[in-house]
Amino acid sequence: MNLRAYIQDRLGTRKILLMTHVIVGYPSLDVNWRMLEAMERAGVDLVELQMPFSEPIADGPVFAHANQEALKQGLSTEQYFDFMARATRKFGFPHLMMGYYNTVFQLTHRTFCERLSGAGGAGFIVPDLPIEEYHDLAPLSEASSLTPVALFTPTNTDARLAEIGRHGRGFIYGVARRGVTGRRTDLKAGIDALAARYRAATDLPLGLGFGIAGGDDVRQLHGSCEIAIVGSALLERWENGGKAAYSDFLQELQTARY
Amino acid sequence: MNEITPVRPRIMLENLLKNVEERTGYFGAYGGAFTPEILRTTLDELIVAFDDARRDPSFWEEFRAVMGSYSCRPTPVTHLKNLSDALGGPQIFLKREDLNQTGSHKINNVMGQGLLVARMGKKRVIAETGAGQHGVATATMAARLGLECTIYMGAVDVERQRPNVFWMERLGAKVVAVEDGSATLKDAINQCLRDWAFSMDDTHYVLGTACGPHPFPQIVAWFQQIIGQECREQMMAVTGRLPDRVYCCVGGGSNATGTFLGFLDDAEVELVGMEAGGEGLDTGRHAARLAGNGGTPGVAQGYKTYFLQDEEGQMRHTHSVAAGLDYIGVSPILACLRESGRVRFEAATDNEVLEGFQTLLQREGIIAALESAHAVAGVIREAPRMRRDQTVLATLSGRGDKDIFTIAEALDDPGWRRFLERKAGR
Repeated sequence: MNLRAYIQDRLGTRKILLMTHVIVGYPSLDVNWRMLEAMERAGVDLVELQMPFSEPIADGPVFAHANQEALKQGLSTEQYFDFMARATRKFGFPHLMMGYYNTVFQLTHRTFCERLSGAGGAGFIVPDLPIEEYHDLAPLSEASSLTPVALFTPTNTDARLAEIGRHGRGFIYGVARRGVTGRRTDLKAGIDALAARYRAATDLPLGLGFGIAGGDDVRQLHGSCEIAIVGSALLERWENGGKAAYSDFLQELQTARY
Repeated sequence: MNEITPVRPRIMLENLLKNVEERTGYFGAYGGAFTPEILRTTLDELIVAFDDARRDPSFWEEFRAVMGSYSCRPTPVTHLKNLSDALGGPQIFLKREDLNQTGSHKINNVMGQGLLVARMGKKRVIAETGAGQHGVATATMAARLGLECTIYMGAVDVERQRPNVFWMERLGAKVVAVEDGSATLKDAINQCLRDWAFSMDDTHYVLGTACGPHPFPQIVAWFQQIIGQECREQMMAVTGRLPDRVYCCVGGGSNATGTFLGFLDDAEVELVGMEAGGEGLDTGRHAARLAGNGGTPGVAQGYKTYFLQDEEGQMRHTHSVAAGLDYIGVSPILACLRESGRVRFEAATDNEVLEGFQTLLQREGIIAALESAHAVAGVIREAPRMRRDQTVLATLSGRGDKDIFTIAEALDDPGWRRFLERKAGR
């Protein structure tokens, strides 16, 4: 699918899009399904389905624990793609694979693209795959109509941002602060300046994630970027308050889009 | 022999470095820098600082001077006459890295990176540690250079290496027990990368082995090559020729890479890496990535190499009696040297290692670290099939005092058990 056109289109009816996140296999596939149902009810715009990995170096404690537990329960690549195939048949939002490069490498680039596209995935976010290593994967993903989403981070130089921007497709995943996933981000501290730097390096729609923890944060991002990305905060709601708290939180996030 | 002049200064490593420059951080098909983008700028700064340092001829001299005055380089090579006679094969020599400051070769890399930290002007260091040797070495460096220091250590390793935890804390380091994953060395590395993704402005990550994202394998190998340079010179001085074989234990691979680099261009010298065979390669409870067919190529912790992983790329739990060898990956430099056939890899089981440990202790009065005893076990296994006029060199990467709890338990020493019971009951 043309992710960029989809995003542009959705922006006609809301100030910002909402992308949410599920770690497949945690706490269980059944619960994951209920999470996706709640996301659909809330009208979430995009969803990341994370394939668990034993060495999740970009993830903070909440997601690292979830990765580990999903694997402990035996989550396999096979189950992951089966789950994604079921999800893409049922739910209308685009699904992005998020995961670590070793999963892709072990499948081989070709098989990974075939499996992801066969499961109805729209693209992928692989945080430990630098653009220097894209050369082989890029033509294969293009041939499968998959969108490789590139990441901007606050420590990148402007030259590096521009270079990454040239490799990006669909939208750019802008990391809002240093560190790993899960820690709260103070959005008052220079987020506009950061978004402006990111904006200068790409014409693609811009998403901001890492530490976006509530409706106020989402509203704060109006005008700075096109997609608010919420991950750990959402999972924490399920862990602390179950389905009701999760659905309420999604409601809070989704209304903050307007 | 106080003055060591390299016979062929750094030619071997320069060959490897050439590959590195052709494709970012690659040694053959292995290496690279597979990290989240957040670390890119910091790694680039480190590449510049290191390149600047290694091209400055005074830097290597400064490093050697520090190692001569703060540690005790050059460390000696000891002729193991009793062991040689007992095995009836070649004359065996031992490179004594155990005699270094903090008792292992880890200090070479640590003081080298300490000099880099000073050049970069950072105020804090972090490090992972398995056995605790690298953590203790880093803590001494931090104390001496006045740096803040945090050491990440798997919770399992904290349990089995309590004496090293004690010293790190006494030295002023903050020791964080990592509960994630298998709670061993690999999980401590993940935690360092996470810390660094936040703290890079004022913090340097002192990676302890020749693994991880570029430029770490290159940096660690470059400092550790001091072992190989000395070995080559010393063997020429003592025996008048090069050794026929060189044995090293291989965890991440820093002492092996450092030693082997001294002999890389000497085709007549056979290089043997001894990995942790644990309870045996057929049991699945081991840490042999290159010996046998346990490891397969993969990408994790920022680099591409042979990992102990399942067919989907999830890392397996590893096992070794030696915490410092209990690791999923191996230096991309060694993966490259294995593929080129330059280095042969074998595995020694926990039992062979304990036997090798005791043999060295009883015949030569040398207390080996359990990690290093893997190299000794390799010599003991293979020496009887070699000729008497041949010579063998093994690197003893560290001393075994830290392993007293593990070894006393493995030997079921009754006096030690009573001592522990009395202490615990007090």
